[in-house]
This record gives sequence, structure tokens and C-alpha cells, in this order.
Amino acid sequence: MRNGYHIVVCGSIVPDPLQTLEPIETPGGPALKNEMMLPAVLDPWASHALYEAANLASKVAGSKVWLVSVAPKAKLQQVMMTVAQKVSFELVAVDGPASGFGDAYGVAAILADEVQSIAGLDRSRLLVFGGWESASRGAGVTMQLVGERLGIADQFQGVDQITTQADGSFEVLERIEGGRHQVSMCSGPPALLGWATGNLPEPRNNPQVGMANMRTVMPALQRAKAAALAGSGLRFLSTTPPKQQRQTRIVKNRPVEEIAQEIVEWIGK
Amino acid sequence: MATAISAAPETLHTLPTDLVRQIQWRFADRYDLQMLIQSVRAVARGPVARLVAAGGRNSHEWTEQKSELLEYFDKSGITAVFMEPEQGGFIAGPKNLALALVAFELAWVDGGAATGSLAGCLALAPIHERGTPEQRDHYMRLAAPAQPGEERRPWRGAFCLTEPIPYVGVDTGMLNGKLRVESWNPGDEPILHVEKRGRFITNIGFANFVTAAVDSADPRIKGSCMVILEEGDPGTFDRGTPTRKLVHQLSSTGDPIFSLRIPASRIVGGYDIKDGVIVPRFSHSEVIEAVFRRTRVTVGVMTAAKLLSAVEPIIRYQRGRFRGAEMATPGSIRYELGLQQREDALHRLVDVWAAGEASASLGFAASRLFDELDPIEREIDEQLTQRGITGARARMKIFREAWDEAVKLLDLPAYDAQRAKLEADPMLRFVQMDSLADVLCPATKLWNTGFGSQMMREAVSLMGGYGITEDCPGFLGHKWMDSQLEATYEGPEAVQRRQLSVTMTNPVFLAQFRNWVREMREIAATHPGTGACTLATAMLLWLWSIDHLQHTSDADGSKLYHSARQGVTFPLADALCWLVAARCQILDVLELERRGGEDAALADGLHGLLNFMSDLCHVQTARASGEAGRICAELVFGYNRHPAWDAEGYKSCYRAEDLDELESIMPGIAACALDVIATDGSHAGKAGPCAGCAGLQQFQVLRSRLDICLTGCRLAKDRAAEAISKIMIPEALDYPA
Ligand SMILES: Cc1cc2nc3c(=O)[nH]c(=O)nc-3n(C[C@H](O)[C@H](O)[C@H](O)COP(=O)(O)OP(=O)(O)OC[C@H]3O[C@@H](n4cnc5c(N)ncnc54)[C@H](O)[C@@H]3O)c2cc1C
Repeated sequence: MRNGYHIVVCGSIVPDPLQTLEPIETPGGPALKNEMMLPAVLDPWASHALYEAANLASKVAGSKVWLVSVAPKAKLQQVMMTVAQKVSFELVAVDGPASGFGDAYGVAAILADEVQSIAGLDRSRLLVFGGWESASRGAGVTMQLVGERLGIADQFQGVDQITTQADGSFEVLERIEGGRHQVSMCSGPPALLGWATGNLPEPRNNPQVGMANMRTVMPALQRAKAAALAGSGLRFLSTTPPKQQRQTRIVKNRPVEEIAQEIVEWIGK
Repeated sequence: MATAISAAPETLHTLPTDLVRQIQWRFADRYDLQMLIQSVRAVARGPVARLVAAGGRNSHEWTEQKSELLEYFDKSGITAVFMEPEQGGFIAGPKNLALALVAFELAWVDGGAATGSLAGCLALAPIHERGTPEQRDHYMRLAAPAQPGEERRPWRGAFCLTEPIPYVGVDTGMLNGKLRVESWNPGDEPILHVEKRGRFITNIGFANFVTAAVDSADPRIKGSCMVILEEGDPGTFDRGTPTRKLVHQLSSTGDPIFSLRIPASRIVGGYDIKDGVIVPRFSHSEVIEAVFRRTRVTVGVMTAAKLLSAVEPIIRYQRGRFRGAEMATPGSIRYELGLQQREDALHRLVDVWAAGEASASLGFAASRLFDELDPIEREIDEQLTQRGITGARARMKIFREAWDEAVKLLDLPAYDAQRAKLEADPMLRFVQMDSLADVLCPATKLWNTGFGSQMMREAVSLMGGYGITEDCPGFLGHKWMDSQLEATYEGPEAVQRRQLSVTMTNPVFLAQFRNWVREMREIAATHPGTGACTLATAMLLWLWSIDHLQHTSDADGSKLYHSARQGVTFPLADALCWLVAARCQILDVLELERRGGEDAALADGLHGLLNFMSDLCHVQTARASGEAGRICAELVFGYNRHPAWDAEGYKSCYRAEDLDELESIMPGIAACALDVIATDGSHAGKAGPCAGCAGLQQFQVLRSRLDICLTGCRLAKDRAAEAISKIMIPEALDYPA
């Protein structure tokens, strides 16, 4: 890719996974108990996408990364204190609900609008990244809808790897059944990739990176306009937590084989 | 708070989040610090916690695994916190609050890791505070972690003051480390010889340089100073054997021996040559005073972190205590609440939490104060230097003159226009803040670590037998023991009390303290639930007592308030610490109310959070006031001799026959008379006639008022306890145990 990619990552925040998530009814529809008070993290699937984006950008000169996020901006700001230290990006923030009960259709509409309004974005270099799922609901369709709205026909879901070629084309590994990958070649951008976990570890915090990012992150948060999710007629008749009981246990120095064995036994019970 | 009380007041829903802390501890606008916290937390709850969980504390040696932590510190920005951006750091301006936050996050998991990181700063601190610009630049750059693309290992430092017994420990006056002139060719820089032995020196296992306190043993060198020693200097740089510590094992400690040749340019702050004598610009105690003044605050913050870190593991332990028992089925009270069905378990946890809040509030208030003070101190220093006023005595004279002016202005009502002068005049601002720093620093070090270690013991006991095992979630047993070290190093409690006994009588401090009484009453008017009114009364009692003790003698006519009379000055210092900490806690809750209301992310639970935090304040002010009242009463009455059944004592008694006569004139008087001597000389069987309170009536009025001011405090405790039994906590601790 001669001038580098323009990579736009779509990702929002979810409650910290260690918290107890309890659905409740509110006048505005279903919500999670104490959701606004619980600490939040960047959606893990979107995080993988972001790390992959930054990694790709660092390898292809001239590339640039944006993170587009629809979330309550005060909470997003808290999450940025961690995320902004990990990799370089420019934030595009929209102040709106990040609840898992939002309609994917409305969220995708806002995201697509925001992507389109990024100044200087070059469609011929555009890669839209996101999670193929979300830790808050996992509607599994948000990114497809974003792609459709942007008129991007080359879409890949459950992506674990992208390998770019000098001519701008790239190879993509998508998850399929049985722990196997489907290998595709794409002739070049624009394309949309919904990431699975990818292969990268979580980058370490680096406050120097954070300080540099903050120059654009804070103004972006201040500018963030409020967006209400368009009502699409979606109604929830009832919400219940998953049936299985969550049993969190902390175990030290346990070999992987033993952990696997225990899970197998547990499933068999 | 100020709102009307409903039947079931709104209360706490979740543990306080980062946002809550940012507001309370006043860094909601500092994203550099917010990021720093996240970065340090990842190290603390990641590699540090894993090392502790894996038994890394079970050795005295400096192991490879422990050493790896230093690299994590470098990469996460912890090492660079102390540096200026141009030296490789990323935080501009004063860094006291930043360092306190680093200490807080690391100590949340392990005190030794915190100490290891802080000791590096402690080694640099003499150079930072009093070094020449060249020294500062040179060593700060060396100690900064390598920038991307740079191939360099950062230098690590140790700070060496303490010497083998019988030499310097607490008493910085008695130095055995010696400095001589080894060679001095005319026109060249003198070469010096250093002999220094250290005891309990942190970071010595790997230090590349050491800042050491030494005294002159040569007529060609005047007085004491601090010098910088480097690993490669000619001579002996022996790190000694590791100290067999019971605590803080993730830091390196040992007893080194140095016998080295160094150029005179290594004298911290430089030197002048006067009449053929090397005169260091700063004595070792001048350097150390500037250093400890700041670093002691961070130590106090460490213990606060431990108390607050204990809350979540204790709640989880209490709730899960009976799960798995046949009778404890999900949904039953026994299953859901476990030990939290029991009032005492909850009440004691409230005490731990309240103490944690108060100590954190005090520690962060002190560190913020130093951030404010730093630039003013430098400005004043420059001003005085320009005016040619350099000696400590000459400067003290100037400061004392400013004291009078500052007190006059502080005594004016808050609305008096003249008061603005306090803010506008750098010298007046300086003496005001300086007098406060002189109290808040030792108070933080003394109270947070001393009382904190007592409360850590309480926390440990709430975990039952688990508390004193290595497997205790949150490492509470380690934290308890560690807090004893925090109470000791950088000057044990006695040193802090000694300092307080001087600084708390500074008229500028006392003038501010008097204003705090008014401030607390005003707060109480709008926020009665905080216990501010009780605190105001306790403050008055303390003021009355210190004034009384300063002007009174004991039963033998010896002066009471006197530096040698530690039995008087030290407890009074303790009492002050309780009050100062409780005040800081209240102010932080007020800040939370003020700023929290503006923050959308807090809107949901703010009201309940404020109610709970106010209840904790009330619990803490009650305890603080009780302690202060007890201490003051003991001092005010305790130095008077109790009357005996002797001629002197009889003077205060009625004779039975006199009473009979009086009874006919004033019926009922006999029932009021305290001590009566019967005609046969017999009297009630007790220590002596009851002691009177001549001259102390005002104290008595205040003391009994203080007791009555405790009204409502146990209701607050009940509410806080109830809240704790309902609060939602995460499913598991976010670091291994
Ligand atoms: C793990 C560890 C790490 C350390 N790291 C360093 C380091 O990096 N650099 C360094 O220089 N030092 C270090 N120290 C030393 C530490 O600062 C001293 O141990 C501490 O200041 C106490 O001095 P001391 O042990 O000589 O106690 P002492 O001076 O013997 O004091 C013992 C007790 O005597 C009483 N006492 C002493 N003086 C007075 C007084 N004036 N009035 C009333 N009572 C008094 C008090 O009860 C006091 O607690 C470290 C110590 C430890 C244990």
C-alpha cells in the first residue's frame, strides 16, 4: 500500500467483566443494575481490532488509525485513560448509550455517519475494523450493517489475521467451524473486518503514548455530540441473565491440561 | 447530607470508582495522573501480584523475578514519574501527588514493590531538591528509562543515611560516615575520600549510585553534607548482605560498606572554597529535611491504600463464609449475607473503611499541598538569595516577621478585603502553606502508618484464620506486617511526634486551625450528617488544651509543654493528627458533592454515595473526637496531684459538724457536699478527697459538650453497616492471591 491505510476501528465500552451483571427493568427499557456506576473497559472484541489496527499501521508507513465510539462520554473518558496509553489513534466520540440493549441497527447508523464525516478520510485506503461480537450483547450484526451503509462489499467476520501485500491486496483468515480458518485474498480497500481475537497480546501501557493521544482525545470528548438511538420499534419482552451459574474461582499454578480436564468433567456433569 | 431524611435514605450501590477518587482527591482535571494510575495498576495487579502470589516474598535475596519488576516499572512510566519531560519524564511540574498516587496503587497490592519504586526517587531526591543544575540534569537523565531506540539501562539509586548502631538512625545529628580530602592540587578539583557504612539501605542490591550522608573528618572540609557515590568509583563499593526482613521482601535492603574516592563535585548542591576550606552549600540535615518532608507523605499514603484495599476482600469473605453448607441455600440470608448477618462484623469493617478514607484524604491533601508549595518555595528561595539572605538563621528571621503579618490576616473575618493580601503576597502565602506542610507531612506519616497498622490488624482479624495465611485474598496479613515498617522507616513515630510538637505550635498554623473550627461549624450547618460539628468541638478542646498546657506547670512546678516533656507533647501531637485527618475526610466528601453533581457518569449513584461517605465521616469524627477528648483530659488533669487524706486535702472537705450547722441555714446542702470528714476523723474509703477543677471549668464544659456532640454517631454507623451489607461487589478480586 503506497500511502498507507486509513483504518477506522469501531468500538465501545462494556462493564468490566469481573462485575456482576444483572438485568433490570427501567422506565426506558431493560438495563443492567448499577451499570453507570460499574467500572467499564473497551469491549474486548473491539480492543483486539484496535491492537491489530495499530499493529498494521505501524507496519505500513503513512497509515492512520481512528477509533469511533458511541458511549456515554464521561464513562468513555475513564476508559480512555487506559486505552489511550496502549496504541496511537485519533478518537471520534459520540455521546450516546453503550448499553447492550441498544438496537444494532441504530448504532450502525450512527457509526456509519461518523465514519463518513471523518475529515480527510480516503475511501480508497479505508479499512473498517470492529469486533465480530460484543461483550455486552453480541448482536453480531453491527459491523455488517456499518459496512452496508458505507457501501463496503468486502466484509470478513471472525477475523484472526490480516497479511498485507505491497500492492495493497491482503490475505484474511476468518474463523470457521472446527477451529479452522478460511483463507481469502482481497484485492484491496475498502474492506470491513470484524475481528475475533487476532493474535496480538494486549499492549503494555505507555504513558508517553497516552500523553500524545490525549492531545486529540480530550478535545474529541469535549466535542462529542449527543446522539439518541433512533427508535426502530425494538422492544424487549423480558430479559434474564444466562441460566448457568457463574462460578469464579482463582487457581494458582494449575497446568493447562488439568484445567481442561476439569472443564470437560464439569460439562459432563 | 443537607437533604431531608426519608425513611430509607438512598445509599451506596457499588464500591467507589476511579471517577469518585479522582474528584475526592482532586485530580479529575489531570488526565496525566489518571493515565498514570491505570498504568501503575496494571503493573501492581499484574506482575507484582503474581510474584507475591507465587511466593516471591519468601526470600531475602534480590532475585531475578524481583529484578524483573524494575523493568515493568520502567516500561509503564513508574520510573519516569520523578523526571521532568526534558529529562525523560512525562509529567510537567511538581510531582508529589503523582508519586503519592503511584505509591497508593502499588501498595494496594504490595508495600515492598511500592518501596522499591519510591526508594529510587528517594535516592534522587537530594539531588532533585538541593543538587546543582548540572548534578540534577546528569543523574535524572541517567536514571530515566531508555527512550525508544535507545540502548541503555537506567541507573538505579539508593539513599544512605542510616548507619550501623550506635550511629545515625532516627537522630540525624550523629553521623559516623566521614569525608576527608585525599588530594588537592592547587587549581584542581579536590579529590575526597568517603568512608560510610549503611544499615537497612533500600535498593542497595542493585544500585548504581548512592546518595550518602557524611560528616567532615578533615579541617579542610566544613561540617556535614551529602555526597553522590557511584558503583565504578575507585575503592570499595560493597553491597553487604541482604537484611533478613519480615516485611517488604519485594524491595532490596542491605548493610553496605563504602570506602571510595570521589571528586568534590559530587557534594550535593556544590561547595564554595573559603580560606582554603571546602564549605558544602548544604549540610546533610538541610538536604534531608527538604527530602523527607516530601517523601514521608508518600509512605503514609501506602498504609491508607492497604486499608482501602482490604474492604473488597473482606466483604467477599464475609458474604461467602457459609456458602456450601447444607442449610445455606441460595437466596437464604445465611447464603447471601454470611457473616454480614452479624452486626459486629459489619461495624468493624465500617471502622476499617472509615480509617482508610480518612488516611487517604489526609495523605493526598498533604501531597497536593506540596505540589502547591514547591513553586512558591523556589520563588521565595530565589528572592532571598537575590537579596543576599542565605543563612538558615537570617531566613528564619524573615519568616518570623512574615508569621506575625500572616497571623494578623488569618485572624480577620473571611470576608475582610484585607485578607486577599494573604493570597497575593508570595511570602505570606509561603509561610502559611509552609506551616501547614510542617504539620500535614508528619501527621500523615505518623497517623496513617501508626493507627493504620492497628486497623490493618483489625482487617486481618475480620478474615479469621485466613487472614494470617499467605493465601488470604488481598494479601492482608502481609499488609498488616508491612505497615509496621512504614511506621518505622524514614523516621519512626517518635520523630514525627517530635517534629509535630514544634510545628503545631507555630502561630501561623494555629491561626489556620482556629479558622478550621469555624469552617467545620459552617459545614455542619449545611451537612450535619458529616459529624463536622463534633469535630469543631473537639478542635476547640484541643486548642484549649494546648494553650493551657503551654502556660501551666505540673504538680511539682515543672513546665509542661517542653521539648523534653514528650509525655505531654507527643500525645497532643497524636490528638491533633486524628482531628486533621477527620477534617480532610469531610472536605473530600464535600468536594465529591460539589464536583460529582456536575458529572453525568456519577449522576446515578451520587446521592447514595454521598450519604454513605458522610456516614463514614461521622463514624470517623466520633472516633477522632473521642481520642482527642481522652488524650486532652488525661493531660489537662493528669499532671495535677490527686488530693490525699491529709491536712492539705482536708481543706477541700466539709467537717460533719460544720455541715450540720449549715444544714440548718441551707437545708439540703449536706446532700451536695462531696467529701465529708466525720467528727471521729473518718471519711469515705477512696483515694482521697475528690480532685477539684479550679481553673479547668471551661475544659469541663467543652469536654462534656463533646460527649453530647457524639449524638447520632452510632446511627451513622448502623446505616453505613447496613449499606455495606447491600453493596454490589465484583465477582472476584482483580489480582491473584
Ligand atoms: C526495610 C528497611 C528499609 C530501610 N531503608 C532505608 C534507606 O533506604 N535509607 C536509609 O538511610 N535508611 C533506611 N532504613 C532505616 C530506617 O530509616 C531506620 O531504621 C529508622 O529511621 C529508625 O531508625 P533506627 O532503626 O535506628 O531506630 P532507633 O533510632 O533506634 O529508634 C527506635 C525507637 O527509639 C525511640 N526513639 C528514638 N529516638 C527518639 C526520640 N528522639 N524521642 C523519643 N523516642 C525516640 C522510638 O521509640 C523509636 O521508634 C530502612 C529500614 C528498614 C527496616
